[in-house]
Amino acid sequence: MAFEYPDHLKYTDTHEYTQLEGDVAIVGITAFAIDQLGDIVFLEVPDVGTEVTKGESFGTIESVKAVEDLKSPVTGTVVEANTEMADAPENLANDPYSAGWLIKVKISDPSEIENSLSAEQYRGLVEGS
Amino acid sequence: MTQEALLRTPLYDAAIALNARMVGFSGWEMPVQFAGIGQEHHAVRKDAGMFDISHMGKFSLQGKDVLTQIQRLVPSDLSRLQPGQAQYTVLLNPQGGIIDDLIFYYQGLDLSDQQRWVVIVNAATTQKDKTWMLENLDTRQLTFHDHSLEKVLIALQGPKAIAHLQALTQDDISSIKPFGHLEATVLGNPAFIARTGYTGEDGFEVMVDPAVGVELWRSLLSTGVVPCGLGSRDTLRLEAAMALYGQDINDSISPLEAGLGWLVHLDSKGDFIGRSALERQKQEGVKRRLVGLQMQGRNIARHDYSVLFEGKEVGIVTSGTLAPTVGSAIALAYLPVELAQPGQQVEVSIRGKLYPAIVVKRPFYRAKK
Repeated sequence: MAFEYPDHLKYTDTHEYTQLEGDVAIVGITAFAIDQLGDIVFLEVPDVGTEVTKGESFGTIESVKAVEDLKSPVTGTVVEANTEMADAPENLANDPYSAGWLIKVKISDPSEIENSLSAEQYRGLVEGS
Repeated sequence: MTQEALLRTPLYDAAIALNARMVGFSGWEMPVQFAGIGQEHHAVRKDAGMFDISHMGKFSLQGKDVLTQIQRLVPSDLSRLQPGQAQYTVLLNPQGGIIDDLIFYYQGLDLSDQQRWVVIVNAATTQKDKTWMLENLDTRQLTFHDHSLEKVLIALQGPKAIAHLQALTQDDISSIKPFGHLEATVLGNPAFIARTGYTGEDGFEVMVDPAVGVELWRSLLSTGVVPCGLGSRDTLRLEAAMALYGQDINDSISPLEAGLGWLVHLDSKGDFIGRSALERQKQEGVKRRLVGLQMQGRNIARHDYSVLFEGKEVGIVTSGTLAPTVGSAIALAYLPVELAQPGQQVEVSIRGKLYPAIVVKRPFYRAKK
């Protein structure tokens, strides 16, 4: 199945995306990751003010069968968390890239995102070979 | 390290054609989901769904007095069974631990007065059960046949299951009572039909030859039966509080601890393997008991998570999920008997934090009659 990977987003090989707006990164997970997980039943996002670190867990997502860590693609401070989605995580699959954002992070080092994957590179990763 | 190739059932191609997501399960490559676990779950509760369970172990036993021999293997009194009836029971080791849970189906006598029995066991334990049964049965007195790789087994489950299956057979399947079974004809071919299942709904398990199985799957699909995978099979059985072998029950847990006391018939039958262990347990009382837990929030308790009471670890979760029909996070857990009472509040440790849960009656879900 082919999924959408919007061009204006940056991607990680652990299936998170970031959208940079000034010094705030909007973080979510890709349609591919959500499909792989299957029906999402639980989502835990951090409180506002939590410090997150690139490559480290910032929350948890669970499907019926699996529990997965959410890995932060950036380092910084959480300025907003999508608690609405955490209350109804089954909706995440409907709109992963706008309504389905997970956290907004005030980033300390914009260069962290420079090495992220483009939409094309990410698509190649998940659909390739 | 070389990985052994996974076995495929005759319905593998049918699953692939439906874009099923496949997983390795007990040495088999099986569909974990088709359209989605939630959708499949609701289809079984409200309408009808079907599962390929051809990976399960299927044995037949035949002989003049099979009953006397198999009575030694299980704590249930199989002499109560009339032809066409079945008993869910367990194989026990001498310590009273559960080797497997399984169903014995009594088919009655054949023309030469031989008793005919069918036994269906878990996929993961097929070899273990076979070895145990062959060690503990006198094979000079009976014929043991392993049909595991020779037959397709389809579980058709849900309130509308009967209508879908009745359309494909001349036999009156409404005459089959729960845990009853019939040697019937489906799509013009011999079929073993049992009114059993693992979902908490009415339904049938149908055993046929592979080619017939493929045809049966296709026919049911065309009449709107929803193909279901192991994922929804797990959420359905957990709402019905049916034990999963290797997870909720195992070699070191007795049926009395696992809430399966109803299949232990100490008073009405003679000796069986594990009897003295169960008698002792019954006399002294069991120390732990399998209970249902309902989480008080969205957090899901999973297999192996600790259960705490007043800050002390007192038990362990064996299965847990977000239950689609019940609408909350539920779990099965072993707790000390003094805490194993409905209404008891405990806590489950989930990723280092404690979350409240309450002991509730099992099953979590019961189908309306």
